[in-house]
Amino acid sequence: MELTTVWFLLIAVLWAGYLVLEGFDFGVGMLVPIIGRDETERRVVINTIGPVWDGNEVWLLTAGGATFAAFPEWYATLFSGFYLPLLLILLALIVRAVAFEYRGKINSPVWRARWDVGIGFGSWLPSILWGVAFANIMRGVAINADAQYTGGFWALLNPYALLGGLTTLLLFLTHGAVFLALKTDGTVRARAGALAAKLSIATLVVAGGFTVWTQLAYSVTWTWAAVAVAALALVGVVVTTAHRREGWAFVLSALAILAAVVLIFGSLYPDVMPSTTDPAYSLTVTNASSTHYTLTVMTWVAAVLTPVVVAYQAWTYWVFRKRISTAQIPAHTGLTFERSSERA
Amino acid sequence: MDALELARWQFGITTVYHFILVPLTIGLTPLVAIMQTVWYRTGNETWLRLTKFFGKLLLINFALGVATGIVQEFQFGMNWSEYSRFVGDVFGAPLAMEALAAFFIESTFLGLWIFGWERLPKKVHLATIWLVAFGVNLSAYFILAANSWMQHPVGTTYNAQTGRAEMTDIGAVLSNPTLLSAFPHTIATSFLVAGTFVAGIAGWWMVRVVRAKNETLARTLYRPAVLFGVVVMLVAGIGVALSGDSQAKLMFRQQPMKMAAAEALCVSADGASFSILAIGDLENDCAGVRHVISVPGLTSFLADGSFSSHIDGVNDIQQRYAQRYGEGVGYSPNLAVTYWSFRLMIGLGLGSAALALLALWLTRKGRVTGNRWFARLALLAIPTPFLAASFGWVFTEMGRQPWVVAPNPTGIDEIRLLTVRGVSTAVGAGEVLTSMIAFTLLYAALGVVWYRLIVRYAREGAPELTETPPTDDDESEPLSFAY
Repeated sequence: MELTTVWFLLIAVLWAGYLVLEGFDFGVGMLVPIIGRDETERRVVINTIGPVWDGNEVWLLTAGGATFAAFPEWYATLFSGFYLPLLLILLALIVRAVAFEYRGKINSPVWRARWDVGIGFGSWLPSILWGVAFANIMRGVAINADAQYTGGFWALLNPYALLGGLTTLLLFLTHGAVFLALKTDGTVRARAGALAAKLSIATLVVAGGFTVWTQLAYSVTWTWAAVAVAALALVGVVVTTAHRREGWAFVLSALAILAAVVLIFGSLYPDVMPSTTDPAYSLTVTNASSTHYTLTVMTWVAAVLTPVVVAYQAWTYWVFRKRISTAQIPAHTGLTFERSSERA
Repeated sequence: MDALELARWQFGITTVYHFILVPLTIGLTPLVAIMQTVWYRTGNETWLRLTKFFGKLLLINFALGVATGIVQEFQFGMNWSEYSRFVGDVFGAPLAMEALAAFFIESTFLGLWIFGWERLPKKVHLATIWLVAFGVNLSAYFILAANSWMQHPVGTTYNAQTGRAEMTDIGAVLSNPTLLSAFPHTIATSFLVAGTFVAGIAGWWMVRVVRAKNETLARTLYRPAVLFGVVVMLVAGIGVALSGDSQAKLMFRQQPMKMAAAEALCVSADGASFSILAIGDLENDCAGVRHVISVPGLTSFLADGSFSSHIDGVNDIQQRYAQRYGEGVGYSPNLAVTYWSFRLMIGLGLGSAALALLALWLTRKGRVTGNRWFARLALLAIPTPFLAASFGWVFTEMGRQPWVVAPNPTGIDEIRLLTVRGVSTAVGAGEVLTSMIAFTLLYAALGVVWYRLIVRYAREGAPELTETPPTDDDESEPLSFAY
């Protein structure tokens, strides 16, 4: 296999890792106020992803870095072209990261409520925007002969891309609800399970529509297989969540996201960013790639390190495998704004 | 302002901000790991309390450092797409390696450390903080490899057909002499920052508890922390000076224009003086520079160890570059910025060394001090190495201008790029302005929160150990609830 194709696949793997993992922690972030009716429940919800969300996010940084290293033209055109959506995603991710870490630092309901807004903003916005971004990439955007995006911001908000945004939003919400049902106990578990059962139906309808649209308009024959897997997996999520088979539901919602990534990258190849201005201007795995030497070096690095990363991240999930319930949540450890007494 | 200027301001703002947080993370993580190790090995609970105390401060800092780091990875493509196209074949590799090798380690094992206190066996839990410490330092290595390549491109050839830089030797990129001197300098600086942070906060607390007539606590809890911080500061300070010296010598050869500008040395000289104070005019060019106080021969000595050696001045280098790289470009960086940031870096770095010596004197032979002035000085010292580090980066990045990729004097001339050629062409000034305002406002707000939290947690002091000590029992709590 050509190294350019290997790297196209590797970048697909990195995005798959990112969307499957951060997908549920985006979902959990969005569901904080919906599933968590009181402070203790909200802490149950947030602590399910506490030890892992940051590691999940590194899949995005790695996908970005790998795209820079393996396909510099793709990186340059995409990031400068999708400027404002990426800016919004960055702002959201910054606020979200800080919100998780600072929320419990001060023991005050007002303080926590503010950071909860940050967690919500930081989870809803990227959940929509990643779908919008990938839909536009598949659909093709205005790219000129100099590999520059010329379409402007509003062109990115076309109906197909917005449906893509709604699709990732619902996928992540369902994935997050399923994850919560799997990782918690008691009322939170029951509520998350019930919500997952409802959400999964909406997700099946919207995601089904989006994938078929993609398949008919922008894809190649073999990706019908990915559409079929995604559809079956989502049907499976509907069935398993209805019967509260939480483990299977999680596996199937992860599978649905994986199938979506296969559809995205399968429909793109050998393009990485098709041009609607002229197909000759499309960025492809060959014309956007780094040299053979750089790809060889990076292949070795990825081949050695990726299995190690997967192993220790998997171990983290094993360490924190237990369900969490409200009974286990201890008193707040955050300080009060003002010192109650001068110790020492 | 046009998109170029705005993009430069945005890079400057976001990067300087990020690098206020990063050196503390790089330096403090290993220090907390050492504290936890001492507790693990000796069972002395002083060190567990200090681990928890400084660990909390570390986490407040870590969070904002991670969050603002995301921008750094994306900004090259967003604002500097033409730079990215030119260098991507070489520059992307260390960035991808940083994410794959370092970011995953630090984020995954930090999560394990935070949430694993009662969950993991003690030894494994200790290993997680050491892995985080390894990760953050490894991350510094890769990002400095990328930066060093911009200062001094090696291991690269030029493809005339595509007009791009192409990597030929990853080994050369990862063992760039510029990197091998910048890395120890940055790491030593980070330890200086963290050592000052520990000594400063513990010093303030020592005075406070002595004045509250609790000399025992001062002696058993805070004095050891002060001494620990001070020892780190002294060792790191020596490291900063030595690595800085070797870096300067290297820079005289690799980027003579940057060093000439740092000295405001306009006219070439044998036995060049080191300028202590120079003033320029509003034009900020060579014609207006007047040296008020100088030490004869010192610049030559710093450059290569001889007081009489020849140093090229800005004017001669400008002429040489015009011949070699093309007429019509001013090849010298902003003189005032380069000159003053270089001096502020050195001056502020020396400032924290003064505190270390004073603290050593006041705590000699088992003493503790209740001196109010020392408490104030201890707090005042904390920001100095942060500022020195910031000025160091302002110096080395502004001193590289007008280049984004500075040409290697002994390398391939085509591997060079003017900053003006690196900016994104598809992005308008309005978009850059929007993002610059958004980042600046958000960073400012988060900076206030960060500062207040650090102060609040520092003023709380080392926590009492009320909770049950961590057990090795696998059937205990699902995790240590940190959120």
